[in-house]
Order: sequence, then C-alpha cells, then structure tokens
Amino acid sequence: MTAPSASAAPSFAPRDNYLTADYSWRSWLLTVDHKRIGILYLLSVTGFFFLGGLFAVLLRLELATPQGDLVQAETYNKLFTMHGLVMIFFFLVPSIPGVLGNFFVPIMIGAKDMAFPRLNLLSWYVYMIGGLVSFLAIITGGVDTGWTFYAPYSSTYANSNVALTAVGVFITGFSSILTGLNIIVTVHKMRAPGMTWFRMPLFVWAHYATSVIMILGTPVLAITILLLALERLFHIGIFDPKLGGDPVLFQHLFWFYSHPAVYIMILPAMGVISELVAAFSRKRIFGYSFVAFSSLAIAVLGFLVWGHHMFLSGQSVYAGVVFSVLSFLVAIPSAVKVFNWSATLYKGSVQLSTPMMYVIGFLGLFTIGGLTGLFLACLGLDVHVHDTYFVVAHFHYIMVGGAVMAFLGGLHYWWPKMFGKMYPEALGKFSAVVVFIGFNLTFFPQFLLGYLGMPRRYHAYPEEFGVLNVLSSAGASILGIGYLLPMAYLLWSLRYGPEAEQNPWGAKGLEWEKAPTPPPTFNFDATPIVTQEAYAYADDLPPEESRTQARLV
Amino acid sequence: MSDSHGGHGALAHHFEDLEQQREAHTLGMWAFLVTEILFFGGLFAAYVVYRSAYPEAFANASNQLDPVLGGINTAVLIGSSFTMVLAVHAAQQRRKWAIFGWLWTTIVLGTAFLGVKYVEYHHKWEHHLIPGPNFLFEGQPGGSEQLFFALYFSMTGLHAFHMVIGAGILIWLSVLALKGRFDEPGRNAVEMAGLYWHFVDLVWIFLFPLLYLLGRHQ
Repeated sequence: MTAPSASAAPSFAPRDNYLTADYSWRSWLLTVDHKRIGILYLLSVTGFFFLGGLFAVLLRLELATPQGDLVQAETYNKLFTMHGLVMIFFFLVPSIPGVLGNFFVPIMIGAKDMAFPRLNLLSWYVYMIGGLVSFLAIITGGVDTGWTFYAPYSSTYANSNVALTAVGVFITGFSSILTGLNIIVTVHKMRAPGMTWFRMPLFVWAHYATSVIMILGTPVLAITILLLALERLFHIGIFDPKLGGDPVLFQHLFWFYSHPAVYIMILPAMGVISELVAAFSRKRIFGYSFVAFSSLAIAVLGFLVWGHHMFLSGQSVYAGVVFSVLSFLVAIPSAVKVFNWSATLYKGSVQLSTPMMYVIGFLGLFTIGGLTGLFLACLGLDVHVHDTYFVVAHFHYIMVGGAVMAFLGGLHYWWPKMFGKMYPEALGKFSAVVVFIGFNLTFFPQFLLGYLGMPRRYHAYPEEFGVLNVLSSAGASILGIGYLLPMAYLLWSLRYGPEAEQNPWGAKGLEWEKAPTPPPTFNFDATPIVTQEAYAYADDLPPEESRTQARLV
Repeated sequence: MSDSHGGHGALAHHFEDLEQQREAHTLGMWAFLVTEILFFGGLFAAYVVYRSAYPEAFANASNQLDPVLGGINTAVLIGSSFTMVLAVHAAQQRRKWAIFGWLWTTIVLGTAFLGVKYVEYHHKWEHHLIPGPNFLFEGQPGGSEQLFFALYFSMTGLHAFHMVIGAGILIWLSVLALKGRFDEPGRNAVEMAGLYWHFVDLVWIFLFPLLYLLGRHQ
C-alpha cells in the first residue's frame, strides 16, 4: 500500500473479531451484531443487484436493434418493470444504509451496537421475506405495470402478478422503516462520551437525515400499496374513475414517498463521499456544518417536490408552478455539498486511491444528474422531455452515477476494516475507470435520445435512433464488466489478499483510529472518549501548516 | 427485553446504564408512533380529498352508520385507555397482580370494542354496503357512496387490526408480569405498550367524528 501509515502499528496478532467469534450458521442467521447484519445485507443486496442487472442486460440487448426482435412488447414491459423494482426497492434503498450504515454508524459514534439489535436483525428478515415474495412474483410470470404501479392500469387492467409484487414491496417497506427508526435512536442515544452532534462524521449526519425520510415517507407508500392491493383484489373502488375515484390521488400518494425515496438513495451516498473526500484530501471537510445541515435541508425539501412527477398528469397549473419552484430549491443544498467537496479538494493533499477514483467519478456524474434535474423541473421543458430517455438518463446519473459509485467507493474504502484484507489497488483503480467509461457510454447517449424524442418504455424504435442506442448497449457491456471486476477481486482478497493494518489509509475517525481491524464483537476494547472534531487532519501536520489549513477551513 | 450476553438482568449488553436504555426505548416508541401517524395519514388524505370532492354522497353514506354504537365504542375505548394508565402505574410500583388485573381489564374492553365493531360490520354486510361488485346503496348500484365505504372499511379495519395486535401484546405482557419480569427496575415494556394503546385510541377519536358525525342529518 502506498498510503502513509503514520497511525497505529499494525496489529497482526490473531485475536477474536466479529468474524471469528463464532463460525456456525446459527451464529450468522440469529446474530444481533450490527456488523454481521451489515454483511448479511451486503450478500443480499449484491444478489438483487445482479438480478436487476440481468434484466438491464436483456433490455439493452433488445434495444441494440431498432426492431422488437429479441422479446415481445409484453415481455419488455415486464423486464423494465422488474429492473426498476429490484434495483430501487431491493438494491438502492437498502444498499448503503443496510450495509455501510449498519456496519459503521455505531462504530463512528463509539457505540457497541445499534440501539435495537434484534429489531435490526428483524429488519433484515423482513427485507428478505419481501424480496422473496417479489422474487416469487417475478418467476411466476412477472409484473408489467412499471415500478410506479400507476392506477387504474395496475388496479384494474394489468394481467400480471401485480398483487403479489405489491405485497413484496409492502413488506420490504417495513424493513426500511425499522432501519430508519433504529438509526435515529442510535444517533440520539448511543453516542460515546464527547461525541457531540457537531463532532459526528458527516456520514452519520447523512444517515440521520435519510432515516427521517424513511420513517416519514415509507409508511405512506405502505398504505398506498395496501389500498392498491385492496382495489385489485376486492375492487373496493378507491382509485376507480367509474365511481369518482381519482387515479391522480394514487400518483400523489405514491410520489409523496417515491420522490423522497430518491433522497433515501442519494443522501447516504453523499455521506460516503464526505468521508472519502476528507480522508483522501487529508483535510477537514470544507464547511462541515453546511454539509451537515444541507442533508437535513434535502430531507425536508424533498418532501415538498413530489408534484414535479405529475406536471402532465392533470394537476392544476398553480400546483405545477409551486412544485417547479420547490424543485429548484432542492438544488441549493445539493449544490452546497458539491461545492464544499470541491473546496475540500482545493489545496488538499489529494491521493488518487481506488475509493477516491469513485469520488471523482461521483462528483462529475452527480453534477450532470443534478443539473439535468433542473431541466426537468422547468414546466415548459418538462413537457418536451417528459417520459423520454432524457428522464431515464437523468435519474440513472443520480442513481447509478451517484448512489452506486458512492456505494462502490465506500465499499473499497471500508473493505479493509470490514474484512481485514487489502484488495489489489491497481485492479481497483482500473475497474473504477472501466465503470466510469462504461457508465457514460451507456447513459450519455440517452440524454440525446430523449432530447430527440425517443420515449421510454418501448421495445422498438425508428432507425434514426439506432447509432445512439448501439452506443448505449455497448457501454452497458463495459459497465457490466466494471461491476463484475470488483466482485471478483474483492472475493479473491478475502482469501488471498494481504492483511490490512488497523488504519491503512491513515484516515481519521473512530472506526480507523480506535476500532481494531476487523472490529471485535463490541467494536472497541474500551468505550472511546472523543476529544476532537471529525476530520482533525490538521492535527497531524507541522504546526505552521496546520495554522494555514485552519485558516483555509 | 434484553439480549442475553453481558450486563445484569434488565440492562442489555450494548447500553451503558438503565437510564440510557429507558431513553432509547422511549424515543424508539415515539418514532414508531410517528410512522404510524403517516401510515394512517395516507388514508386521512384520501378521505379529505374525496370528502371535499363528493360532500353530498359522503353525508348520505355517513347516515348509514350507527352513531349510538360508535358512541358506545368511543366510551369503551376511552375507558380502556384509563385502565391502561392504571396498568402502567401498577408497573411503576412493581405490583405484578395489579399489572395483570389492569392489563386484562384493558384487554376485555378492547375485545368489547371489537365485538361492537363486528356487529356494525355484519349490519353493513346485510345491507350490501361492503364495497365491491355487490355494493348497493339504497337499492341502487352505488357511485361515490362506495368510496365512503371503501374508506370506512379501510380506516376502521386498519384501526381494528391495530387493536388486535395491541391486545396480543397486552396478553403477552400479562404473562411476563406473572413471571415476575416487571419486579425489577428498568423494565418499561408496559409503559411502551401503553403509548401504543393510547395512540390507537387516539386514531379512533379522529375516526369517530369524521366517519359517523360529520354532515350527519336525519
């Protein structure tokens, strides 16, 4: 490793850690250790990621040619629906909070565990049950409503497994609620002595804001999905226009959760980026409190913008104007973050390790995704690009270019801590570049396609869109390789990777400075006492430079 | 409620002291109740939207409900909240038979509520007021009146479901009380269940006027 290891001497002496505490199946499946639950989440979200990825492969294969030749239109509808469902509800929403959040929020605040360890395990089981129910719906015929389940198609006309899928999503929602509740109580009540709110790493702030959205938004989705299932099974009429029921009401209720859900997916990613930027610039994050509060601002504003999904659904013009203005406002806290990260890089001692490569990728891609979001928040422009590939490209820049890049970056950053092994750095950097190139090649052409008028959710298209679609499909194959590579070498590292030191990056934070690698079951040998702010990198510098940095901060 | 390893008796391994544990439990319960408010909130939002869109149909449909039975149920439920408070009080004094007695009084009152609810539902069934293909309103295939009953059954059904869960929790706690689980300090499960029970009562306090009373006419 090239990272400076100024900190603690490597502790290679074999000792009990959370991985070696017990090897039985029982000890994993009935564990209440937040770290083991994080690993359970890691295994399951990876499985769902590749399942969703498989659907994406089939979609891109179909779109490689203008004719609908690989699959029929109906099958294509099912494929994009299931791609969206799996990726959103079973990968993106639980990925960072379930894996990295579960593992590191308690350690970062100096706690022995989450506030409710058994609830934590329950949330994994609930997630798995919801996932298996949805999986059952998929293999017994699939669902074709789009991941948005719009009524009355979903409630009355669709001939696919809507009810069963809805039940799966409903169940999984409770997993999200329980995780959010657990993180909120943990952050409030489990902080170590001296860990004040403004000494917490920004990763923890981001998870706190995410959890607020989870507990406020998810129940509304749950009741909406429940009403949808009742409507479908018993025809109670709640969204049925024949009786005066209002399908637009479904859209309102659905997006009241599902727009904030975007922030459930991106806020934890932003938390990861804050950690990584500071660690690999060797600097305290620029404008710490602004970054912290921008997470909360995004959480609050995120609840007030759902109507921008419905500019063309028949909501009133005045509502449209208000939602448009509010949507622009969300850009402010998002931009605060991007500018502060960039300012942190400025005059930092930047080190392009693998995690940092993902950060650089994130900054560019998230910015493009965010700025194109402003296009979509414009009432007039949205009429032109609504339901086109422009929208598809926009949210993939946020979700894949943002959330997935951050997840991979975070995974590489904390992998040594989680498993005590190093991965091959050169291969890591190489894959990060492959992911970046593959991603842009896949999704940038989709902006052009959308602007030119190609609608989303069709399995065939006119000849003139051929070139851009071929580019996109070719990019997807590169992106696929970019995802398989880390999977391969990270697994390889578990067995053959060199042992990791306690703090291979020389990073700040309780998880690196105080917790052994890998951490023991209760995380620390003794409850840590926190005496300094987060990211106190300036303390490591000679006094003169430290003063300069302090001025910069 | 504690996890087995480490600590003494009531204190779970990952808390420093009983005070921290109690605060965590209380905050967790309140946060959970917030999620419940949002859960019912979706239904209340739908109610507001449809009530303001179809005021007349809603008033007519509301006339089909029996405010006397609804009123009795409101009284029964408020009474059960009172006995629940007494159970919490008994738990603070660690008198296990008193806990047991008041919990069961609460359970009986809750069951009485559900019994009355059953009578009301059955009455709706006989009058073809169950939303669905067989819905008839005053002998006619219903229009927007059906929306009222869809909401009536969703809201009161979800409420009743919460009552059933609550009664189950209380039964479980009454068993724990007899086993002496609440004899030592640091056990606040009865208090937590009390918060939940009061919340479910409060939902009814909103449901009763919205469904039974608003726009009522003879």
